[in-house]
Amino acid sequence: MNEENPLWASESFWKKVAIWVTAGSFIILVVLTFDSLSQTEVGGKRVQAYSVINKKIDYVYKEDLHKFMPVIGETELLFGQEFTEEEAEKLVTLGKKTTQAKNCMNCHTLLGNGAYFAPDLTKAWLDKGWLSKELREDLMIKFLLDPENNARTFGSNRKMPNLHITPEEAKGVVAFLKWMSSIDTNGFPYNFKTIYATEE
Amino acid sequence: MNAKELCGVANAKLDTFVTWTALDRSNLSDGRKLAVNYFIVAVILFFAQLLFGMIAATQFIFPSFLYGWLDFSVNRMVHINAMVVWMLYGFIGCTYWLLEDESQTEIVGLKFGKLAFWVLTIAVAVVVLVYLFIQIGAGNDTTLWLINEGREYIEAPRWADIGIVAVVLTFFYNVVATFSKGKWSGIAGVLTLDLVALAGLYLAGMFYMTNITHEQFWWWWVIHLWVEATWEVLVGVIMAWSLMKLLGVRRKIVTTWLYIEVALMFGSGILGLGHHYFWIGTPEYWLTIGGFFSALEPIPLVAMVVHAVYDSGSHAFKNGNHPALAWVIAHAFGNFFGAGVWGFMHTLPQINLYTHGTQWSASHGHLAFFGAYATINIAFFYLAIQHWRGDVWMSGNAQNAWRWKWALGLLNVGVVGMTIALLIAGYEQSFIERAVEGSTWSGYFSAQNHPSFQSAMVWRWFFGLMTFAGLILLIWDLLTIGKGETRKMAVVEAE
Repeated sequence: MNEENPLWASESFWKKVAIWVTAGSFIILVVLTFDSLSQTEVGGKRVQAYSVINKKIDYVYKEDLHKFMPVIGETELLFGQEFTEEEAEKLVTLGKKTTQAKNCMNCHTLLGNGAYFAPDLTKAWLDKGWLSKELREDLMIKFLLDPENNARTFGSNRKMPNLHITPEEAKGVVAFLKWMSSIDTNGFPYNFKTIYATEE
Repeated sequence: MNAKELCGVANAKLDTFVTWTALDRSNLSDGRKLAVNYFIVAVILFFAQLLFGMIAATQFIFPSFLYGWLDFSVNRMVHINAMVVWMLYGFIGCTYWLLEDESQTEIVGLKFGKLAFWVLTIAVAVVVLVYLFIQIGAGNDTTLWLINEGREYIEAPRWADIGIVAVVLTFFYNVVATFSKGKWSGIAGVLTLDLVALAGLYLAGMFYMTNITHEQFWWWWVIHLWVEATWEVLVGVIMAWSLMKLLGVRRKIVTTWLYIEVALMFGSGILGLGHHYFWIGTPEYWLTIGGFFSALEPIPLVAMVVHAVYDSGSHAFKNGNHPALAWVIAHAFGNFFGAGVWGFMHTLPQINLYTHGTQWSASHGHLAFFGAYATINIAFFYLAIQHWRGDVWMSGNAQNAWRWKWALGLLNVGVVGMTIALLIAGYEQSFIERAVEGSTWSGYFSAQNHPSFQSAMVWRWFFGLMTFAGLILLIWDLLTIGKGETRKMAVVEAE
């Protein structure tokens, strides 16, 4: 070190800083990753067990938390059937694989991630566009099986193409959407009025 | 005409084209021949990116355009995949280009490098053909392995993932073995460690998970830690090397700057990953961590602007390749505004609650990918073509200089125009769909049907066309610049 090349301008100093900062940040990330993954295991508080599809799911504003939170209620069966955890996982898995195989994410967003050509699917199960909870399942299945005739386009002319989804896959997608709507997303989306809010 | 005759005609046309370009491969070392192969495919994919982007942009205005044939999902996937892959091709090309010069020896595993290039290129071609003609499959593992994984940016089916890893490992071997045989340097060290991270991170995106929170958690490890960390450091390396070559900046200065950039980039970017963990089901502490560190992310980009502009100014912009330096400066500003400012504008959770998943992200994405990565690759294309022409003059009073200047102008104005149009659409969407109507489907469509959104999409289309015109001019210029030039390149004096 000398006057011409003070510590703060020296190559070796910044090399050390680069190494320590990178290593330190990465270690913190790894620690937080372990914590986040354990907090978001299926069946925990933030990400519900797959059998949550047997329950009523709502999304309401919590005054004390200043944000919207999912609320798991009484039994509200999907397709009139009670699923065991194993059956529910199988159905949700089929639905999740279908959303990937049909490339849903390149038009829609899921948890806000994806493309912006079609609506977000995070709380699609709770959307008031399904008119009432009695009509909802039927409308969703029809939409998925034959979007050319049953898509809800809200006057936009933007229509989902026929993705050759089978009836079983369609059920899987609906189960997946119902399960996903129960994830605690820290209040995203904000101000979302669910199908239940409209009914009441 | 049978297939044989057709091949004959195609070959003859290709020969005519190659003769017309009058490029002499004997001007290139073997390592640089490999590099230009990567650059050629990069430019072709750049063209594909813009072509499919234009189709997707058209579908925003006329939703029935190609409906049922090439749906938006397919075009958008090809648009973003072509982008990611052409940039990777560009980066690999840049690395091979500087490898022999930096290590002062020949590339060790050139044969493997060539093989890897063809394997990767054939794999990319197959993946694109499957995207276009098969598009989707049944909801099972076979589809995820053979057709499409359906995960934005890394849609490539699993077989291709494995191929990509194999190719990257070959590339990595070449880099490490060549530096080990020749000479290590600060630039070489940063490059090597960055490539380890870049290759390793890709593995995080290669698993299927039903738990979408976990899936998106790892998915962002790949996307964010590539784009906002390892890619940024990689362009830092490329820029450091090119400033030495273009301006004759002292090695000690660029290396010190590079370390500063690495410290700032990884110091902010690694935990800046948290801004993708606000709303996917992950714990609340990410709101604080992600908000704080991503707010710091523009700082290294300011450092890079200072670095590029200061060095250029202190050399009075005297350099041997005007188009390349112009693109390096475009990179410095594009990176700062696109990745830095546009990223920062919607990165804090309090605003991101409304902007997440809207055209805001598209606005940021367009300016950031172009500003940070397209520009630096284009700068390198100009360095490569100059050398390929036999180190000809590309400074002041070059022939047909209007072409590179207009290409630079059209591409930059085009992308900035698209960015502003998408920003207006994003603002409108955040207000109407999100804040007022609470993100319901009817809220979404109210925003999409709004006149200001609709007109923004039209503006985006026109600026997209301008960008496309800029690219065509750029390709023409790259093929012809320096042709017939007899003056040798201006000599840059080292400090």
